[in-house]
Amino acid sequence: MLKIENLHARIEEKEILKGLSLTIGEGEVHAIMGPNGSGKSTLASVLAGREDYEVTEGTVTFNSKDLLDMAAEERAREGLFLAFQYPVEIPGVSNMNFLKAAVGEIRKHRGLEALTAKEFLQLVKEKSQLVELDGQLANRAVNEGFSGGEKKRNEIFQMAMLNPSMCVLDETDSGLDIDALRIVSEGVNAMRDGKRSFVIITHYQRLLDHIVPDFVHVLYKGKIVKSGTKELALELEEKGYDWLKEMEDAK
Amino acid sequence: MAYEGDELLENVTSKEYEFGFTTNIESDKAPAGLNEDIIRLISSKKNEPQWLLDWRLEAFKIFQKMTEPEWAHVKYEKPNLQAISFYAAPKQKKVLNSLDEMDPELRKTMEKLGISIEEQKRLSGVAVDFVMDSVSVATSFKEKLGELGIIFCSISDAVQEHPELIKKYLGTVVPRTDNYYAALNSAVFTDGSFCYIPKGVRCPMELSTYFRINEAGTGQFERTLLIADEESYVSYLEGCTAPQRDENQLHAAVVELVAMRDAEIKYSTVQNWYPGDKDGKGGIFNFVTKRGMCEGANSKISWTQVETGSAVTWKYPSCILKGDNSVGEFYSVAVTNHFQQADTGTKMIHIGKNTKSTIISKGISSGRSQNSYRGLVQIGKNASNARNFSQCDSLLMTDTSGAHTFPYIEVNNSTAKVEHEATTSKIGEDQIFYCLQRGLDQEQAVSMIVNGYAKDVLNKLPMEFAVEAQKLLAISLEGSVG
Repeated sequence: MLKIENLHARIEEKEILKGLSLTIGEGEVHAIMGPNGSGKSTLASVLAGREDYEVTEGTVTFNSKDLLDMAAEERAREGLFLAFQYPVEIPGVSNMNFLKAAVGEIRKHRGLEALTAKEFLQLVKEKSQLVELDGQLANRAVNEGFSGGEKKRNEIFQMAMLNPSMCVLDETDSGLDIDALRIVSEGVNAMRDGKRSFVIITHYQRLLDHIVPDFVHVLYKGKIVKSGTKELALELEEKGYDWLKEMEDAK
Repeated sequence: MAYEGDELLENVTSKEYEFGFTTNIESDKAPAGLNEDIIRLISSKKNEPQWLLDWRLEAFKIFQKMTEPEWAHVKYEKPNLQAISFYAAPKQKKVLNSLDEMDPELRKTMEKLGISIEEQKRLSGVAVDFVMDSVSVATSFKEKLGELGIIFCSISDAVQEHPELIKKYLGTVVPRTDNYYAALNSAVFTDGSFCYIPKGVRCPMELSTYFRINEAGTGQFERTLLIADEESYVSYLEGCTAPQRDENQLHAAVVELVAMRDAEIKYSTVQNWYPGDKDGKGGIFNFVTKRGMCEGANSKISWTQVETGSAVTWKYPSCILKGDNSVGEFYSVAVTNHFQQADTGTKMIHIGKNTKSTIISKGISSGRSQNSYRGLVQIGKNASNARNFSQCDSLLMTDTSGAHTFPYIEVNNSTAKVEHEATTSKIGEDQIFYCLQRGLDQEQAVSMIVNGYAKDVLNKLPMEFAVEAQKLLAISLEGSVG
């Protein structure tokens, strides 16, 4: 579904990703962990098509198409969704209109008929229940005045509305209390259907107690230095990253 | 709100000024130049009474002693008044008995502007007066309004049919001595709309005037006078377009509003005069004096404007809050792109007790444009408990554009409360990227963010206008980011 090969990317003059390779199959959940500054969020931004980053080498194929050749909005329409670490506020733009426009564009791209107002509201109702946001969105602007937890729940709600095939979650657990973490995780788990794939970027093991990954990778200095199954996350939780850093730096 | 979103998003397509066509109809145009003879010609063309000719000539004398103001934060080559024709009228062969007899070319123009008269009649219940170049050519719904005692006609007709009202009110809110362009307008105004709402009547429909400059080498000097008698209400809409021309054309209008005791006037403008091309060539000079007088107690005047057009705009719709407890409001969105310059704002003059005013101004600057808010809040010494709240926000779309705020506050009564808030922000790359990541394209993202930013003002517009205004904002800012 998503194949990253030897990806190098830099921001301004600083190279951050230095030959990252990763293959994600249909329906798989991959967790990406790693110390601060290892390039986790850069990976999310590069995949989503943020222009501040320049890809200098490597390829990314998404459903056999060249992802790097697509504009950010095309990637979204093709089914790549990024749940932001820091969702921005867009004052004055109502959640409903924002989502309606987004759902409309994405359905159009996929050759689906536009939803009627009634169908749209039905979908909103159904999907907002997933993250316990039911009835709290209609009259508010996008993320404006939302608490940290609400913002993250809103990201997952949008993800459910847009029905992507590849979900990238960038530190969705940061700033969440235990209840919000549970709600967000349950929302994500409800969307695991054996077909949809996930990349879950996180610092902490605790999110992976709720969303159990198929694979865990450690990113350090712009490369994946170790891959394993969910047990690797537990090992990292216990031992920290230092032993890995030392091993890698010794090379 | 129901009108947000979809329709707007589907309409962000045409890149150029959409209303840049001209209409080929025969026109009766005066020779270029400004002098007493031209004023006499205008007055006689319009079959005016002697007192009005005298009033014009007096205005001309005043005008000759004045100089063009230079305090605004705009730079332009002053128009050569001797090169402008001060009167141009679509030539009509005979008096029309009904709108069906109108020149088909003129009808087509109206249809292009989206104001097909039939359509208006059937669907929206908006009464329209259409002013092309200097002359008012059609007023729909006249009879229906007449039954309520509402007068809605061109100001030329009003001079003939209701001279007592014109004589009583003309120049009372904006005197001939007010400023250079108001004096000029008083001398040479050719047409415009007149409206009178009698005591206790709530006007059942939006009244609307569409202004259009068509002829080359002309100026448009319309004059609008709107009187809301005691306990009446009216909502008035004004729209403006002009063809694309390389030269600068002058538009110097005067609008006067009078609200008597317990009356309310809501005046909305969507100004889309040709702004010039992307290199700053051509465009309309929009030098307009608009002022409302809250004459009676508890009266209210509310100005809402969406300004997207004109090469240079110089415009300050104001309220004189004379009646006790009267209320003045000013809601504005001003967009400038390319080389456009706007110096716009309001004056709130508090004279009566317990008077209240609200100013919400949203400037959006793109390209290499300059966008200034200039506002005066003046609290008179007898205006006990006067209140003002002002909020002036500026949004910059590019590094090469400018946003400026010039607030003036004069308080002469210690019980007054005046609040002023101002912000300047740059459109967020993060906001745009967020929209892109959800599948919207760049243009949709910008239009959505900008409309969100201007929402407090757009919500004040009547429904029909709000949709149009949203589209205009999107079109005006196309290609302005990235």
